[in-house]
Amino acid sequence: MSVELDVFVGNTTIMDEEVYQFWLDGYTVNDAVKVRMEGGVLEECEASAEVLRSDTMDQYRTFQMCERLLHSPAKLANQLLFQIPPHRQAMLIERYYTFDGVFVREVLGKKLSKGTKKDLDDVSAKTGVTLKSCRRQFDNFKRVFKVVEELKGPLVENIRQHFLLSDKLARDYAAIVFFANNRFETGKKKLHYLTFQDFAFCAGQLIIVHCNHSRVLMRPALIGKEFLQDLKELKILITDKDLLDQHKSLVCTALRGKTKAFNEMEANFKNLSRGLVNIAAKLTNTKDVRDFFIDLVEKFIEPCRSDKWTAGDMRLYLTHYTNSAHILDTFKHQVVWDRYMGVIKSCILKMYHD
Amino acid sequence: MPGKLKAKIVAGRHLPVMDRASDLTDAFVEVKFGNTTFKTDVYPKSLNPQWNSEWFKFEVDDEDLQDEPLQITVLDHDTYSANDAIGKVYIDIDPLLSSEAATVISGWFPIYDTIHGIRGEINVLVKVDLFNDLNRFRQSSCGVKFFCTTSIPRCYRAALVHGFVEELVVNEDPEYQWIDRIRTPRASNEARQRLISLMSGELQRKIGLKVLEMGGNAVVGYLQCFDLEGESGLVVRAIGTACTLDKLIPGSASNTNTHPNTAPASNACNSPSKEIKEPVFSEDPTHPLSVPPTPLRTLPSSSSPPPFSPSKLCSRQSSSSDTDLSLTPKMGMGSGISVGKEAGPLKTLLRQQAQSALEQREFPFFTLTCFPPGFLVHIGGVVSARSVKLLDRIHNPALGNTRSYKLLDWNSVAADEPETRDAWWEEIRQEIKSHAKALGCHAVVGYSESTTIWYITHTILRPTSISSEEVCILSASGTAAMLNPRFMREGCLDAGGSDQRLSRQPPLGMVGSERAEGEVSSSWLGFDDASPPSCGFCHIPYDEFNMPFPAQLTYCYHCRRQKVPDVLFTTIDLPAEAAVTGKGCLIQARLCRTKKKAQGEVNATAISNLLPFMEYELHTQLMNKLKLRCMNALFGLRIQISVGENMLLGLASATGVYLSALPAPGGIQIAGKTPSDLSYDQHISTMQKRINDTIAMNKELYNIHPPECIEEVVGSPIPDRQRSRLFRSTSESSDELSELDLSHGKKDAFVLEIDDTDAVEDIQSLLTDAPMPAGFYSCNTEVMPGIYNWTSGLQMFTSVRVYRLNNANLTNQGLNKIFTDLCENLLKSLYFKLRSMIPCCLCHLNFTVAVPEEELIQVAVTAVAMSFDKETQLAADKALNKGSGENEEQLQFSMELCGESTSSNNQPTAKPSGLPESAMTHSSSRDRCSTWLELLRLKAHTIRRGSVKTTSSSERCSPLPEVRSRSLRSTRSLPCGAPVTVVKMTPLSFLPRTRIVKYLGIINMFFIRETTSLREEGGVSGFLHSFIAEVFAMVRAHVAALGGNAVVSYSMKECVFMENPNKNQAQCLINVSGDAVIFVRESDQEAIPPLITCGQTSTTGADGTT
Repeated sequence: MSVELDVFVGNTTIMDEEVYQFWLDGYTVNDAVKVRMEGGVLEECEASAEVLRSDTMDQYRTFQMCERLLHSPAKLANQLLFQIPPHRQAMLIERYYTFDGVFVREVLGKKLSKGTKKDLDDVSAKTGVTLKSCRRQFDNFKRVFKVVEELKGPLVENIRQHFLLSDKLARDYAAIVFFANNRFETGKKKLHYLTFQDFAFCAGQLIIVHCNHSRVLMRPALIGKEFLQDLKELKILITDKDLLDQHKSLVCTALRGKTKAFNEMEANFKNLSRGLVNIAAKLTNTKDVRDFFIDLVEKFIEPCRSDKWTAGDMRLYLTHYTNSAHILDTFKHQVVWDRYMGVIKSCILKMYHD
Repeated sequence: MPGKLKAKIVAGRHLPVMDRASDLTDAFVEVKFGNTTFKTDVYPKSLNPQWNSEWFKFEVDDEDLQDEPLQITVLDHDTYSANDAIGKVYIDIDPLLSSEAATVISGWFPIYDTIHGIRGEINVLVKVDLFNDLNRFRQSSCGVKFFCTTSIPRCYRAALVHGFVEELVVNEDPEYQWIDRIRTPRASNEARQRLISLMSGELQRKIGLKVLEMGGNAVVGYLQCFDLEGESGLVVRAIGTACTLDKLIPGSASNTNTHPNTAPASNACNSPSKEIKEPVFSEDPTHPLSVPPTPLRTLPSSSSPPPFSPSKLCSRQSSSSDTDLSLTPKMGMGSGISVGKEAGPLKTLLRQQAQSALEQREFPFFTLTCFPPGFLVHIGGVVSARSVKLLDRIHNPALGNTRSYKLLDWNSVAADEPETRDAWWEEIRQEIKSHAKALGCHAVVGYSESTTIWYITHTILRPTSISSEEVCILSASGTAAMLNPRFMREGCLDAGGSDQRLSRQPPLGMVGSERAEGEVSSSWLGFDDASPPSCGFCHIPYDEFNMPFPAQLTYCYHCRRQKVPDVLFTTIDLPAEAAVTGKGCLIQARLCRTKKKAQGEVNATAISNLLPFMEYELHTQLMNKLKLRCMNALFGLRIQISVGENMLLGLASATGVYLSALPAPGGIQIAGKTPSDLSYDQHISTMQKRINDTIAMNKELYNIHPPECIEEVVGSPIPDRQRSRLFRSTSESSDELSELDLSHGKKDAFVLEIDDTDAVEDIQSLLTDAPMPAGFYSCNTEVMPGIYNWTSGLQMFTSVRVYRLNNANLTNQGLNKIFTDLCENLLKSLYFKLRSMIPCCLCHLNFTVAVPEEELIQVAVTAVAMSFDKETQLAADKALNKGSGENEEQLQFSMELCGESTSSNNQPTAKPSGLPESAMTHSSSRDRCSTWLELLRLKAHTIRRGSVKTTSSSERCSPLPEVRSRSLRSTRSLPCGAPVTVVKMTPLSFLPRTRIVKYLGIINMFFIRETTSLREEGGVSGFLHSFIAEVFAMVRAHVAALGGNAVVSYSMKECVFMENPNKNQAQCLINVSGDAVIFVRESDQEAIPPLITCGQTSTTGADGTT
């Protein structure tokens, strides 16, 4: 005797969060059943493996039917096919769009193209996330990208409204979209120590301000057209020998005695300052933008780390470095400087860890 | 004369992409009614078109309004080629024709295509202006209300119950017309859907006419079915109960009653004042009650209420199968006229009068399963009839003769003259009627009819055609009963005095509060019946000395006055006023019998020969299982027999309960015929032990602690041979019982002889029924006896399974085992799925079995899971347990309760003296008496508190529903962004903790879905899963558009699934029905959310409940 057909349909759609997670994680029905059996549902409800299998199949089918709706979550609320209480709808959407940190770290900054999608099996093998789940996550990125690309207005808000996501998740998606659009290099070995959350934070800093149009908005906020020239002007801080010395002495005066790493700071000041200002100048060139993080690490974070700066040292240094520039009489680009350093400082502080 | 139908197409959303190039759609809509078609403009390049059309007006006869559906077709405009259909919406406008139902249909409807399923939604507004028509000869029956609910709908009262109405309409099935060979599957499916819609409209209209003729205004318990007879055609038939219903004004006293199940004490506090009536018992020939008031007599069609002499006692199931028209010898004495010694001539006369009212009707049948209090006087037992017919057709359908059948009644082979389907059913109904008579009953309640059709070549997917030789089993069943004829009397409303009461009487099922009960029982009982309502229906209606079948009679354990049978089988719901001990449970008997493959007449004979055996075995199984659960009555019995090519399947489902009025069931004894072998004896005794253990366990599980005989049954040791012999002799001699004393009856045990293989099988099947997991209960009736405090959490579901028997050469036993496992596994799956709702009860569990192909068995279940509140349940249980310790205690305690609430009774302490002596036999000592009283006071106190709470909460909910429905309407018709109204669905006639304030009309929908890409749609399961979900969605959408928020009495009457995996094809037909209603929550705080938003969640907060 074999079961040829087996369905269960409730007026209110029954969904088990645990099974939903298995489905999202790309488990096969068999695997899901196995894990559920080990999980002890059976003893709890005196069910057999057969019962569990039937239940799992039903739920998988339901999820598959819902998937189409989840692609445009607003539809879920006014579709008629499934009667799902609103809080369950929210759960379905949020979970569907939730991604694995390890996975996103692999594709962050890559072009969301067919080519990348083809390589997902490598990513899957590397991260241990099932290929099915990788595909879903990748498609989610792509879908969000495609939608917000066309929209005006603030990025995070657009994502949140269009996909009915929580604020946190919407911000993460904004970061992913932002990275994908600018193709930031994140895969280099030197950047491996950085987590997705580090990058997401930096993206948040970079996107944070103004911008009112899609294409533009996808670029780092610092690249707003009006700043292009201004950023270049910052170069004076390193090209003008006097200014550089003056800046150094101001910073050193302020720092003296306040940190153990003072000697190293003093010795490295010029190099570090050059590094930061060069990054600013480079931002004006769209093609060089993608090296932003690698530059930041190579030119600034690594030297500091080898000198064993603590996080406190770093904060102290950056604060004084930024503020001292205001005292330089010949330095006229205070506003741009503040804005640039505000972003860079918070990025560095976030990225400065092991 | 006419009406004006107006329709407006507002907008569409989520349309499918019809133009690949642009990824958009140029949609327009055709609105068709009858032969008139209107079109909207094309709304170019949008998946969310806003047509905002003008009002399309159709001027039509009301006859057409009733028959035709409004047909809305959404198309994609194509300049160069034919326009592509996106899908259709059929809207039944019948609800708009009754002034009391809906006034406008407005909302989003799923656009449905029989090949692709739901493809987007369309927002439509429909209105009807009806002109008054006083033409007496009109063909329409606008305004007659239809209800699927098999009880008097909640916000109505029954002024009059007219009786049985039936009708059937026959047509060719478009699927088998020659044109089907050239048209597309889509066109064919649509033709079929449309035809069935038309036919059911016509059927409804015709039944409506009959109702008007009878002077009624409504049909309750409307049951419509389709028989897809293949090439022989398509039969749509319906039965129902014609009534005159009066709408209750919301907020009036009688309407604020809560459902009996929400009042924890409803069972315990039965019949407050009955004890007063006890002394004036009908044995007394001068009993004033037996003389009806004069107005009743003067009316020719009226009859006096039947007096119930103690000589008429109760019953059991009488079922007769297949085509044997003559009564079985057992039932030979036929007539219900009592010839008992005690029954005086006067009573005989009255009884005849009572019957005459009903006998004037051709068929005194009632499709209701719940009745207003006092309606049901006595129950005889189940009556059923089956008939095997051979469908054969002479004429070519292309000739267009729609009624061209040579209906070969294969039993009377000589039958040359063609009969009609009407004649078939007529025959069966006559048989049922005579069975009822044999049981001394003049009416049949809980009546239903069904058919099983078997095609010889069961292939369905075009272009194959079905062979013309088909076998069809017609079945009818019901419960023989004695009714109080008052409800059926003409002019009942004009008669003063006593009838005034009728109008105040709460609608059925609302007798929960003590006030209502007090009112009802005092008036009813004082009038015509000495039987307390809590047990009166159990008393036998037939003559003790001419019993239609062997049964053991004892004096009623409740009133000790009249006789009751040892077991009672019925097809109705448990009467609300019945006294029940413990809880009930679902009991199923399952049976599989192999049959030789055959065709035509030979096949019909084979089936016909098997039927009686199957019925017998099902009956035995039911009986055994009932005893195993220590219960003594079955309610909602439904026996289904399906035919396959090489087997017959029988499934009987019912809800077992322990009726306090009936004797405790004896245990089950196993006896061996050749008790010589020692090991054999041991085997028997281990079996016996298992059975005894199971019984004991079940008693705990169902909380059955019957009054006196607990010790004897539970404690009975494993019997030695002598004892078993004794038992056997008791049961064997049961035929000649004349005077049974009480103690005798309860010792009776059911003997199973283990010698033949059948018995072994029986025992096996008895013990293989897995117990329900903790926290679950199940029943197939409206409500579960013993559970009162439902929460509002409920989940209606449909589950379908198809099994393939891989081994073709199975024996009966093997098949039985498989079939049993199959049902058990399905139940287990349901329990698992619904575990988040624990504690809960699966109510109205309705199984349907079919044998769609040679080795396939299909089982479909529709039911509702309702969770209840554990805490209060425990308290109630405790109270009941204590209360059920002694019968007297219960009576007492309810009296005290009513004394409080109605202030019409005397001191409770005065009661024991009024108790009949017989009732005191088991508890004669005085000091025990005084201890009860204390106990009682305590209990009465707790329960009173409980009931006060329910009444007050229901009073709070009085605020006008109309206002709310209006506000609902205003939010509903908003465009895309508006939240979808939550629509609850339930197969029950009520929603716990809510009050139905308006019935919006009947929902009766028929859908076909077909696919030619089965694998791509996820195989058969994926296909059916989405189809069922779509059907639910369409039902919900129609209800929401009518302004409703729930469907009650929902049922899936047909689910025909066919597949052809080789061709990657499948087809499924589903027919559903129910009543669209508006409900409000019982408390004000909760009242608004369910109507306006979808934000409400169940109070349990459990997953998947809303």
